[in-house]
Amino acid sequence: MQERPDLIVCEECDAIHRRPVLAHAEVARCLRCGAELERDTGSRLERLLPLTVASLIMFVIANSFPIVQIELQGLTSDTTLFGAVMVLNGEGMSLVAMLVLATTILFPLMQMLVLLYLLLPFAHDIHDGHRPGVKILLRLMQIVRPWGMVEVFLLGVLVALVKLSNMAAVVPGVALWAFGALTILLTVVVSFNPRYLWRILVSERGDGGEAVR
Amino acid sequence: MSAGTHNTGVDGIDGASQPVAAIPDLDSAIGTDIFPCHHCGTVWQGAQQDEQCEVCHAPLHRRRIDSLNRTWAFLIAACIMYIPANLMPVMITSTLLDEQRDTIMSGIVYFWVSGSWELAIVVFVASFMVPLFKLVALIILTVSARRRSSWQRLQRAKLYRVVETIGRWSMLDVFVVSLLTGLVQIEGFAKITAGIGVAAFGSVVVFTMLASLSFDPRLIWDEVDPEAGQATDKEQQKKDMND
Repeated sequence: MQERPDLIVCEECDAIHRRPVLAHAEVARCLRCGAELERDTGSRLERLLPLTVASLIMFVIANSFPIVQIELQGLTSDTTLFGAVMVLNGEGMSLVAMLVLATTILFPLMQMLVLLYLLLPFAHDIHDGHRPGVKILLRLMQIVRPWGMVEVFLLGVLVALVKLSNMAAVVPGVALWAFGALTILLTVVVSFNPRYLWRILVSERGDGGEAVR
Repeated sequence: MSAGTHNTGVDGIDGASQPVAAIPDLDSAIGTDIFPCHHCGTVWQGAQQDEQCEVCHAPLHRRRIDSLNRTWAFLIAACIMYIPANLMPVMITSTLLDEQRDTIMSGIVYFWVSGSWELAIVVFVASFMVPLFKLVALIILTVSARRRSSWQRLQRAKLYRVVETIGRWSMLDVFVVSLLTGLVQIEGFAKITAGIGVAAFGSVVVFTMLASLSFDPRLIWDEVDPEAGQATDKEQQKKDMND
């Protein structure tokens, strides 16, 4: 079998196209179904590493402080995201607790750490494409990608706040703002299709692919 | 091979306004010896089914394995769970005086009557419309793909894209209930517990997401059965026709 770098096949309708040469920030779309074929990633990749680091910091803040505090007849109560997961788990809702833990903490964290690992040596050119586990991690990232739901969780927090404001005094915590920032950062970071990372980190470096094997 | 066409415009295709006949007649990779890797996008020539992609080491497949059967299985599971998800309480609020059991719908109604109609609409869309829309859309997509229908291919491709994009948002209610449960734990005063309905509802979201991930949008464009329609079979068909 032989590689055809001059061709590109639409991911959604299987149509064969000649690989276009893209100018800055251009996007190629499939003529048949309109799906994105390729995107010029030039400057976005350089911005990806700082954005990943920033989202990791926000992630730590968002999970270390209470999201919200309520006050009811002089009694107060607050919770972190992980605290809510533990309460759910303690109430016999372990499956729901696992679902929430995975979609809001584990998977987003995994995505950020994998990206950090893949991009750090790339930015500083320490290694010549020899990063152990690149292929497994990239595939893992592709599998996990649809399941990270930080932005949905943020909307959930807002709905819960309004719901509570009818029965108690609600004080938004630091973590709420951190979650807002994290959502914006992750939207930019995660919107980067991992397929382009394959091109950049594995195929185009050529020797990188050989080195792992 | 009419693979020479490509489009670098930002707008790409003119979209819905184009009549079906105007969709360019491009070659699908399945009828040729071109074999794209679904993981890393590398295009191979002369590869075999199940051979490993040399770039990412994933096995090469023409179509997602057993796509329609898996999609059906997840869809049926989701349809079954949809019933308890809407009938069982998702949240139980106990205060000193009484205990209130809320289903998805009664939560929406509560928002509506208490004056926050914007939120009522947000939750109604995310928790009720989106799961229902996904179930109906995926059933349409699966049935039409199985029949190799050529009906509205471009619209169906777009429908699939919509399903993929909005699917995650129905997790909203699961997160709302989780947070409220974690937060409102004031002993003897007010306590919110998650109801069994939230587990059913979460499973509907997970099953519909698995269904849409199992569905292969390439099947929308397939003229022949892809399971039988490997490159060799197609050549065989051509030979048969010549005979």
